[in-house]
Amino acid sequence: MGFEQFGIISFTGTTKTEQFVEFLKANELKGTVCKECGAKYFPPRSDCSACLSDQMDWFPIAGEGTLISFTKAMFAPAGFEKDVPYMLGVADFADGVKVFGRIDRSLPDDVVKPGMKVKVRAVDLGSDRLSYELTKA
Amino acid sequence: MSKVAVIGVGQSAFVRSYPGSIRELAFEAYREAMKDSGLRPNQIDASVICSAPEYDKQRTPSGLMAEYLGLNPQPTFYVESVCSSSSSGLRAAYGLIGSGLHDVVLVLGFQKMSEISSAESQERMGRGADIQWEAPFGTMMPAYYAMYARGHFEKYGTTEEDLGLIRLKSSTYGVINDKAVFRKSLTLDKIMEPKYIASPLKMMDCCANADGASCVILASAKKAKDLVARPVQVIGLGMATAPINMAGRDTFSGLRCAQIAGKRAYEMAGIKPSDVDVAEVHDCFTIAEMMAYEDLGFAEPGQGKELIRNKETYKEGKIPVNVDGGLLSKGHPIGATGGSQIRTIVLQLRGQAGEMQVPNAKIGLVHNIGGVGIYGNVSIFGVE
Repeated sequence: MGFEQFGIISFTGTTKTEQFVEFLKANELKGTVCKECGAKYFPPRSDCSACLSDQMDWFPIAGEGTLISFTKAMFAPAGFEKDVPYMLGVADFADGVKVFGRIDRSLPDDVVKPGMKVKVRAVDLGSDRLSYELTKA
Repeated sequence: MSKVAVIGVGQSAFVRSYPGSIRELAFEAYREAMKDSGLRPNQIDASVICSAPEYDKQRTPSGLMAEYLGLNPQPTFYVESVCSSSSSGLRAAYGLIGSGLHDVVLVLGFQKMSEISSAESQERMGRGADIQWEAPFGTMMPAYYAMYARGHFEKYGTTEEDLGLIRLKSSTYGVINDKAVFRKSLTLDKIMEPKYIASPLKMMDCCANADGASCVILASAKKAKDLVARPVQVIGLGMATAPINMAGRDTFSGLRCAQIAGKRAYEMAGIKPSDVDVAEVHDCFTIAEMMAYEDLGFAEPGQGKELIRNKETYKEGKIPVNVDGGLLSKGHPIGATGGSQIRTIVLQLRGQAGEMQVPNAKIGLVHNIGGVGIYGNVSIFGVE
């Protein structure tokens, strides 16, 4: 099993970054960092567009981030209808790394706002599927 | 000195469900543009066909269109940049003509969105973002633009009611545009009904899917003078791109691709934002028009709300924007939208916009965005 396990519906079966899913199983969210020039990428990439290297290491998205923006979706695209409402957001982490994803649905509406301190965590979706989300730090 | 001019424009009515096939839909816009230009099919040297392919059951629509429009054996090919496809088509046509390869090039944009359900359509639009890393969360266009709305509110104190005022303006002009899909008069109360699609965007902050086609015929400036009485010059073209995934974006209160495209278009045209007499901007959502005011320099960053509060973007205002109802009222048949915007500006510059006419318009601008700010196209047109 590989990358098709990522997310509620995966549209990508094969990628050189499929180890991402193995890290999620260990409750770790990881991006890649170029061994040649040090450029950091999230979401992870297997090729460095800064120096053209294909030599990448993994690094953890750890610590606190800051929520930049979010939305609560009341409608969903095909295949996600039973999930609504759900929140999507984007947050700033160290070194200019940004993370986009779902926001913890157990958080009350009045808590989720831009500026909120957040952390990432892996989510077991069941049926051998995994994802990650942003939750309150 | 401009190298390329528009010599004909046409548009089908934009409707919820077109009672015909894509070739017939395309022909409606083509017929109008050909009659407008007075050209015969054998005077078209090449065609550029534009749509978003995921809606088309027909594989390789260019071949079909060239045949049905009667343009064989001249060259044809396909250009795609989702919602800004036909502005990218304009850019391709400009290159073909400016290089001297062809004298007269036709740009045809079309989309028949009604062949699939609204949810399927949202799913396809969600896949217009990064399918590997974002679509697995259940992304869709309203949710992405909603994050920009929240970002704009947070940074500048813009409100949901400010966005409502943009929809109110749109409906004012949608009512008088007989090619628009949404022609109902709206009140601010109706617009502000809390029917959230993706907070803070509500039902009326979103444009509707539609079926439609548009057609723009271009010629070298030299040839244009011989072919038509009133060519409209293409004086500035700017295009820019930004990361497809949100994690790669450096701002959530404006679209970087639009800012850069605008700057490039102004530089090429040798004009300032204040020189623009009338503009068509890509208001797929109300927040998109708000950001366009600022990204194009019609207002300083954060001051877009003052423009709409003071009605400066109405026909009588300082910078009339979307006085044909925009995407919010006309509807948004993906591949046809840019050509429809160009048509509106060409009619304005020729003084043929009827009830929507901005008096004495000499310079017009089209802002056409693909995806959530993946592709930004800004095109500037002028008449003597």
